[in-house]
Amino acid sequence: MNALTTSAAGLRRAARNHIRTPRLETPFHERLAALSEVNDWYSWAGYKAPHSLFDGELEYFAIRSTAALFDISPMVKYRITGPDAERYLNRLTLRDVRKLAVGRVQYTAWCDDHGHVLDDGTLFRLGEADFRLCCQERHLPWLLDSAFGFSVDIREETEEIAGLALQGPTSYAVLRDAGFAGVEALKPFAVVSFQHEGGEVTISRTGFTGDLGYELFVPRAKALSLWDRLWSAGELHAIRAIGYGALNQARIEAGFIVANTDFVTAEGALRADRERMPDEIGLDWLVDPDKPNFNGRKAILDARRNQTLKYILVGLEIEGNIPAEHAIVYHRKKHEAGIVTAGIWSPTTKRNIAIASLERPYGSKFTEDLWVEIYAMRELQYQKLMKRAKIVPRPFVKLARRTATPPGLK
Amino acid sequence: MTSFDAIVIGAGHNGLAAATRLAKGGRKVLVLEAANAPGGATRGREFAPGFRSAGLAHLVNRLDADVARDIGLDLAGGALLPTTVLDGSGKAVTLHGAYGESIDGVSADEAAAFAALRKKLVFQAGILKRFLRRPPPQIGAISLGDLSTLAGAGLGLLRKGRGEGRDFLRMLLMNVADVADEYLADDRLKGLLAFDATLGIHLGPRSPTSLLGLYYRLTGEAAGKTGGQVVPAGGMASIAPAFVRAAEKAGVTIRCSAPVGRILADRGRASGVVMRDGTEITAPVVVSAIHPQTTFLHLVDPAESGTGFVRSVKNVRSHGNVAKLDLALDRVPDFAGPEARNGRIVLVCSMEQVETAFNPAKYGEFSPDPVMEITLPSLADPSLAPSGGCTLSALVQYAPYRLKAGWEAGKPAFLKIVLDTLERHAPGISRSIVAADLMTPVDIEAEYNLPGGHWHHGELQADQLLVNRPTGAASGYATPIEGLYLASAGAHPGGGISGLPGWNAARHILSGGKP
Ligand SMILES: Cc1cc2nc3c(=O)[nH]c(=O)nc-3n(C[C@H](O)[C@H](O)[C@H](O)COP(=O)(O)OP(=O)(O)OC[C@H]3O[C@@H](n4cnc5c(N)ncnc54)[C@H](O)[C@@H]3O)c2cc1C
Repeated sequence: MNALTTSAAGLRRAARNHIRTPRLETPFHERLAALSEVNDWYSWAGYKAPHSLFDGELEYFAIRSTAALFDISPMVKYRITGPDAERYLNRLTLRDVRKLAVGRVQYTAWCDDHGHVLDDGTLFRLGEADFRLCCQERHLPWLLDSAFGFSVDIREETEEIAGLALQGPTSYAVLRDAGFAGVEALKPFAVVSFQHEGGEVTISRTGFTGDLGYELFVPRAKALSLWDRLWSAGELHAIRAIGYGALNQARIEAGFIVANTDFVTAEGALRADRERMPDEIGLDWLVDPDKPNFNGRKAILDARRNQTLKYILVGLEIEGNIPAEHAIVYHRKKHEAGIVTAGIWSPTTKRNIAIASLERPYGSKFTEDLWVEIYAMRELQYQKLMKRAKIVPRPFVKLARRTATPPGLK
Repeated sequence: MTSFDAIVIGAGHNGLAAATRLAKGGRKVLVLEAANAPGGATRGREFAPGFRSAGLAHLVNRLDADVARDIGLDLAGGALLPTTVLDGSGKAVTLHGAYGESIDGVSADEAAAFAALRKKLVFQAGILKRFLRRPPPQIGAISLGDLSTLAGAGLGLLRKGRGEGRDFLRMLLMNVADVADEYLADDRLKGLLAFDATLGIHLGPRSPTSLLGLYYRLTGEAAGKTGGQVVPAGGMASIAPAFVRAAEKAGVTIRCSAPVGRILADRGRASGVVMRDGTEITAPVVVSAIHPQTTFLHLVDPAESGTGFVRSVKNVRSHGNVAKLDLALDRVPDFAGPEARNGRIVLVCSMEQVETAFNPAKYGEFSPDPVMEITLPSLADPSLAPSGGCTLSALVQYAPYRLKAGWEAGKPAFLKIVLDTLERHAPGISRSIVAADLMTPVDIEAEYNLPGGHWHHGELQADQLLVNRPTGAASGYATPIEGLYLASAGAHPGGGISGLPGWNAARHILSGGKP
């Protein structure tokens, strides 16, 4: 083998190096790995993410009692800029983007032509013609195809931008002590940018916990120094790094849904009856029929008018204390009415709560006499429990500190 | 200012047929045409001093009799024209009557074989024909009318026995080459079938499903005969005026030199148009009798359509392959065959020639040995040429819209090839040429406002037919935008001078949307 072929082979091998790390590491991985006592990882969109770092229960209580730091870097992020960015996003998503002021964030969702939800996510307006869209699934082809006829630039920035959620009653105190002066003025769903080590970090008062909390986005290169800055400021405020298990409990309490957990996204669904319209997953309030045309508008309004909506998403309170995840919901203990998509024993409300997808008229017309059948595994034997379930409003947990401005310190 | 019930965009024959039907149904109709005269592809033009072309189309073989009667088209029908196939050997094959009811120039056995194949194809095309005069059945909302069409098609098959039904299903998606090989031996006849199956379509005879093009041809009739072809008395140039007369008689207002710049739509409902000069004209119904891609990618704000819909409209394949040659000659050219000058001449030696001509088109090159059909329009309409002179019209294939080398460089080279081919078949013709005007698909696009210069306003292939013409959500003339309808060749059933897309669309609108 001569030198040329050796180096060519070497180059080829080098180009394949990514296969050595089939599971990607986030910009914060070094810190997470150092803190991980239980080595409990899972794959979040291809990234190694902690399910738990030291103790799921204590991690949960960090969210509700002190400050919890959660790595959201694997969240898919798109940057949408250009003169038509607002008009483009207004056609893409369900809510009226014209009403989204610069420095504000919208929780929103978007649909295909048939009104089936492709994903939900948060839309940040960073400038007049500068937006960031964050979501669970990847949508670049859809976003690019949607750009036909619009003067916009669409870039995926999932890899370049690292993200952290800082949530909990002392989260503001952490930011203040980390030197982010002025954060106290942020109202819920507001976003501002700060300088951090010569880079820009955006801080928004958003989150997935229903608690006081913030989300921070920063260029990858500045990720670790941002972590360290929060970590050292947080020491006195009992900051803890947490995994998804804890976050998931908090998000269920807050009544938030997760794509491909509580509903199947339209592009992911293999079976025709698994797709869902916004009204079928509790997102009807996002749909704005008065704004200019948007994807799915006609189908959604037709379904409302013709009353062809088939499903409904409800919050349930279930007797007992056994989590009802994936239990079948019955009407009068007899007729199958739906399925529990997420359920936990809620530490904050001390209630057994769940999010369920029911097939109408269950949940719409028939709202009484609902039951869930829980299969509790007890040493290799199922104990079948038929428990009474009551439809209750979401969120299950409503905390005054989530919205109080200026925020409290503990 | 007068207000209109409906605006029709495009005064091609389909736009005019739609407008006339709507006006006869009691609607007040305005037709807006970009060009300075109506007619679309049948709009004539002077291509050399004293010599006129009657437009792109040079033969009528599918003008629907019901449409003509219904809209009151007063067009004196011509006699059925023969087809002369020339392979350069000097021995012509002549098909008489409607698509070769009788045939000269081949052996008796071959003539019998052709008759058997012709009979089979005409029967099978007859089944497909049932779907032409109504909107395609809408998936998920099959109507009573659809059922009767489907049942009719089924019964039509059964009547002929199980064998015929099976053979229909066997052949439906075959290629024309294999079918021709099954029946025929004569290369010239096989070449003719190959040519007719692929003219105006981006397929070669050996491409799967290429037989559909021939079926489509045979769903048409002229002078009451399936597969027939005519030039109306007075020539092709009399077609556009006849459509205009019918429209005006019905009370339609036609405005030319009036290009539409935008279709007004808000939250899924159309409300009128904005002219390119900025004038706004409103109407509750807008009928777009132009290319579906122009309609949805340029005239309607994409924000008014769904992403998925725009995606599917963008994916409609519509790159033309046919070039049109108009020749001004100082005398009548001399082609072999006793009937040649009186009808259609097809220059083709064999199926292989058509297939070989197609190959380069796949890679963005024109055919070095193209195939073509020819008429001599001024013989039927002497006003097209000065006395003693003659015009020749040729439709030449394959001349891909996207020529790799670019048509600026390609056109002179292709013209030379075409003229050399003509010289081989009509010796001396070169010396009699006064002027030659070759329009590539790119020229056709510019001159006739016809994207891609495509014969059918979008490929007429299995995936772009019926419920998928031009694309699922707009296949029933109605579109996802309420009040906006499609009515050009790009809609069901497809191109050619038939009047059906326009007429079907208008009937659909008048029926209140119920098929
Ligand atoms: C080279 C060639 C040869 C052909 N030869 C034959 C033949 O011999 N026999 C046959 O039966 N068929 C033939 N065809 C097919 C036939 O001509 C077409 O299928 C037929 O013309 C389609 O009719 P139409 O009314 O749908 O559209 P068109 O005839 O294309 O008419 C559309 C009209 O809309 C106008 N328009 C476009 N955009 C706008 C706008 N923005 N505002 C206002 N007006 C607009 C155009 O100027 C045009 O007048 C041929 C086609 C080609 C390309």
